Amino acid sequence: MTEQGEALLAPALEMRGITKRYPGVVANDHIDLDVRPGEIHALLGENGAGKTTLMNVLYGLAKPDEGEILLDGRSVKIASPSDAIVRGIDMVHQHFMLVPVLTVAENILLGEETMANPVFLDRKRARSQIIDLGRRFGFEIDPDEKVGSLSVGWQQRVEILKALYRHAKILVLDEPTAVLTPQETKEIFTVLRRLAAEGHSIIFISHKLYEVLEIADRITVIRRGRVVGERLPSETNEDDLAELMVGREVQLTVDRGESHPAGAVLKVEGLHVRDDRGNEMVRGVDLEVRAGEILGIAGVAGNGQDELVEAIIGLRKPHAGTVTLDGADVTGHTPRQMNEARVAYVPADRHRFGLILSFPLSDNLVLTTYYRSPYARGIMRDEAAIRREAEATVAKYDIRTPSATVKAGTLSGGNQQKAVVAREFSADLALLVLDQPTRGLDVGSIEFIHKQAIAKRDAGTAILLVSAELDEILEMSDRIGVMYRGEIVRVLDGPTADKNEVGILMATGGATQPAHEAEVSA
Amino acid sequence: MTATAPAAPTRSLRHAARQLWSLIAIPAVAILLSLVVGSVIILVSELIIPDHAFDWTLPITAYKALLEGSIGSPQAIVNTLVATTPLILGGLSVALGFKAGLFNIGAQGQFLMGALGAVIVGVMVATWPPIVAIPIAVAAGILFGAAWGFIPGILKAVSGAHEVVTTIMLNYIAVAIIAALVSGPLKVPGSPSPITFDVGNAAFPIVLGKNGHIGIFIALFCVFLVWFVLYRTTWGFQVRAVGANPDAARYAGMRPRVVTTLTMTAAGALAGLAGVCVLLGVTHSMTSAFGTTVGFDSISVALLARSDPFAIVPAALLFGGMRAGAGLMQIQAQIPAELVDVLQATILLFLIMSPVLRRVFRLRSAQSALGAGGETTITKSYGGETVVR
Amino acid sequence: MDPIISTLYGIPLVGLAFQLVGYLIATIPPASPIIMAAATPLVLGALCGVIGERSGVVNIGIEGIMLASAFTGWIVGVVLAPMFPDAASTPVFGITIPLLFAVLAALGVALLISLLHAWLSISLRADQIISGTIINIAAFGVTAYLNTLIAKQSPQSAGAFTAFNPPDWLTGLPVVGWLFDMFLHQGPISMSVIVLVVGLQIWLFRSRWGLRTRAVGEHPKAAETVGIDVIRLRYRNVLISGLFAGLAGAYLSMEATNSFQDGMTAGRGFIALAAMIVGRWTPIGAFGAALLFATFTALGQSINFAPPAGQLGDIMTSVPAQFWDALPYIVTIIVLAGVVGRSIPPAADGQPYERESAT
Repeated sequence: MTEQGEALLAPALEMRGITKRYPGVVANDHIDLDVRPGEIHALLGENGAGKTTLMNVLYGLAKPDEGEILLDGRSVKIASPSDAIVRGIDMVHQHFMLVPVLTVAENILLGEETMANPVFLDRKRARSQIIDLGRRFGFEIDPDEKVGSLSVGWQQRVEILKALYRHAKILVLDEPTAVLTPQETKEIFTVLRRLAAEGHSIIFISHKLYEVLEIADRITVIRRGRVVGERLPSETNEDDLAELMVGREVQLTVDRGESHPAGAVLKVEGLHVRDDRGNEMVRGVDLEVRAGEILGIAGVAGNGQDELVEAIIGLRKPHAGTVTLDGADVTGHTPRQMNEARVAYVPADRHRFGLILSFPLSDNLVLTTYYRSPYARGIMRDEAAIRREAEATVAKYDIRTPSATVKAGTLSGGNQQKAVVAREFSADLALLVLDQPTRGLDVGSIEFIHKQAIAKRDAGTAILLVSAELDEILEMSDRIGVMYRGEIVRVLDGPTADKNEVGILMATGGATQPAHEAEVSA
Repeated sequence: MTATAPAAPTRSLRHAARQLWSLIAIPAVAILLSLVVGSVIILVSELIIPDHAFDWTLPITAYKALLEGSIGSPQAIVNTLVATTPLILGGLSVALGFKAGLFNIGAQGQFLMGALGAVIVGVMVATWPPIVAIPIAVAAGILFGAAWGFIPGILKAVSGAHEVVTTIMLNYIAVAIIAALVSGPLKVPGSPSPITFDVGNAAFPIVLGKNGHIGIFIALFCVFLVWFVLYRTTWGFQVRAVGANPDAARYAGMRPRVVTTLTMTAAGALAGLAGVCVLLGVTHSMTSAFGTTVGFDSISVALLARSDPFAIVPAALLFGGMRAGAGLMQIQAQIPAELVDVLQATILLFLIMSPVLRRVFRLRSAQSALGAGGETTITKSYGGETVVR
Repeated sequence: MDPIISTLYGIPLVGLAFQLVGYLIATIPPASPIIMAAATPLVLGALCGVIGERSGVVNIGIEGIMLASAFTGWIVGVVLAPMFPDAASTPVFGITIPLLFAVLAALGVALLISLLHAWLSISLRADQIISGTIINIAAFGVTAYLNTLIAKQSPQSAGAFTAFNPPDWLTGLPVVGWLFDMFLHQGPISMSVIVLVVGLQIWLFRSRWGLRTRAVGEHPKAAETVGIDVIRLRYRNVLISGLFAGLAGAYLSMEATNSFQDGMTAGRGFIALAAMIVGRWTPIGAFGAALLFATFTALGQSINFAPPAGQLGDIMTSVPAQFWDALPYIVTIIVLAGVVGRSIPPAADGQPYERESAT
């Protein structure tokens, strides 16, 4: 660290030589990191680089094998989250650590309760404390609202309030913008700057280059568990950071080429779908996906995308409207019927919906086709054919696995997703539905999957891509439909779409009401 | 095969032995430990027995009697096989449920209903030629058992009512039905105690010793059948897929609701067949006190065998042998036959503690902890979240 | 009989419904103490389930804990009774020293079994349903074994708690009198149930313990990140929950009866689970569901012993008595199937928790 003018300001936090090994990998390899009071320090790295592990070490969720942590120059031991909290460190996790069925107040109080007496909570006092705290940072919050009914943007604010309520001095935010609209991101940035101005130190974890450049005072880049560089935003740019982060020159955007759409393959008309609780989540959607194009559905999570996708692939019966495939009415068909009509689907949560982790990879590769030739004769499975097919697929899609018979659960996340993609992409398809196909994957796997999807498109498949990652939608789509409260509020041309415009549509549906009001009720 | 490879067979033999050991090490240790615990229980209970001179060797006497009663003579072996027969079928029933992620704790009720079906129809066809009477009575029992499995299956599929509660309730309802019928319409008129007529020609032929009926062969055939369906057919693949991950199965185009219903029905049929074997093979008629611990022993068998169809045979033999030998133990050592229940429970207890056993005894076993088998987790919760679709 | 009523009763078919209503009105209030008594083990068992599952630990071994506690309490009473030959019993509830120790022993055994369940399912992260099953099998086996051994000596029970007799002017109050009868005409364990239910309801939703319990049962990782020791909280809850099942067992062998029979719990532990589910994992809800099930138990008995007169009675008596005995089981299945889809369990119910900071 070069001695500069700010050297007078001792680091609020210093991590020295942190090393954390897991069986088979070194997640953190002698990482040094320091954060000054009032600084927003970005930690940049791709998925799996070791950012989260490092922060888990800081937060007492993982025990480092080597290294030490200094707070205000003094070495401390952090063995549990309570240790961290006591020392003024708090963390906003990528997957929010909120209990959906509890209220805002209960979530904020949890673990640090305001008590009326040794047994019972003082809910009145807690409520007013929370309202005051929210106002201090510029937002009105209802402490009695159930967290599960808040939009993600507001849930994030609850997380931040939770940290402030605990008098956090050092605040770690792990990928805080992953699920936010550009507008929400801006609002959170305002809150963060305010926190920093009040003297809080902030560690901002991200893999989004432009965001890091915008918010950070200083940027530390890590790759494969090591610090590979430190930069000031003023002296770097996206290309430089990208190269540092990935270790090679990377193309920041996929070369998607030009699409040559033909006739409509999928037609959805006047579709209405209810969720399990009977709420109408899709309210009159009309859309059309043509052969040889990618239609991206942008939208904040929970605006009916899940139900729309489920209705299209046959997992959920719409209560009104029609779904037409190549001119034939397929409304209310079962997933198997859709599959046989050459519709494939890559689900958002591969562990839960895409794979059976305890089954061999080979069985997973025939999960949708196991019952028909050549994998079965009558009701008899043809083990040899299944194995042959598996070995061929493993080779073709470069799935890194010791053999086709190992359990799917033993593969890495990227290879698991490759297996799902291999299974779903391998047939000749009319329609391909991709639901968050790259969530949580490393750059290499993302590139691979994007390229495969483009190839499929160029082969004439109609592709419906749903993603909460606006960047992915913008990068991949030939046309973009924005979904808001169960409706497609606008369809834009993909290559020319403006990010801000899409963001505003996502947050407000294009209506004139101010953004934050719309979020509260969403 | 050739003169140059004398070492090869020994090596592969050793390899096979090691493989076998890695499979049975934990169960073997669990069984041994439970015998130790059983000895302690016997010694302690000696203190309770009045006017009893304390005898250090009583556990050995008891275990010797237990062993003698189960394999000490050809007839003892036949007795063991007779006791094992329903346990194999019941064990298959519970194991099949486990494979589909269902806990069929109600094998007992299905067992009772199977026996009831066999006796109702068996009495009706008692004078028909055996070649006709037996299959009809068997089919009736299977149907009754299947119906008793279908109810919790369809309830789970449609409403999400957890099978652990519904099947237990159905056990008690089955008991009530049998009590009502045996002391009512099925009762031999004029008989002092409630008992049905004999099934006559519908009774299983005896082929081994005094009482070795053909049920054991039916049971062994079912072992093969269940294995074959589970691992060699697309139906079995569906069952296992739904058991391992119902969400993924549904997304892949399978129908978990249907699979759940049909699997519970099939499990009920297997447990019902166990009841058939006891009724047509052993008792030939039914009293209102008809009912054994077969249903609950079946759970132990399935757990011990980790739901592997073939492993169910030795597991059932173990518990069947204990049941067969318990009588002799009671006579020779004055130890209540219920000791067998205690031993069973301790075996399971040690099995579920297998992570500890492995550490303490430094075992390197291939198998994971006690459960429904390597690839399945039982539905662990109730209600909304686990409603299968 | 009142002419209007007899006319109503006389209507074909519909009259049967009126007869049923009339029978229920005539039967249930007087039987209310019996209903409450029948509900007691169900409620206590359901509270055991609620406390454990709210923190994320499923316990289907409630039946086994009840059985073991019932046996332990009874046998300790048998052993202690001769040591206090002229122990005075209190005028109310008939509490004697042997009985008191017997209850403590029953609770102690419940605590031990719960500790085993906690260790297996929390520390070893074993399958909780299988752990519960083993507890049931073991409890049945051990109690049956010991009972057979002891039965040879024709043991003398230490007796049972007696019911409090509320004054007639209270129970005789118009309209509400039978409610006093219901809750006060009870032995000590049964009478404490209502207090426990209300107390636990408040505790669960108003106290720090309750808040933490609910958080741990829904999202243990979130709880851990705010510094709550998930493992310790679950241990504590499972141990506390065991006490309730233990009390239910003590009730069976020392208040409802003064004896022990093999398998005397007769599925009550499982009906308790159903009551917990139907009651949506809340103490009050479980109490209501248990009362419903108990009402059908009492009704079944009542129909067998004192069937109504007339047409309805003819129909009821033409059905075998065993059907009425099985009524609570049938009702349990029906109610469970009807309600469960809308009853959502704690999100982390049944899932072992692996502490991350341990690595």
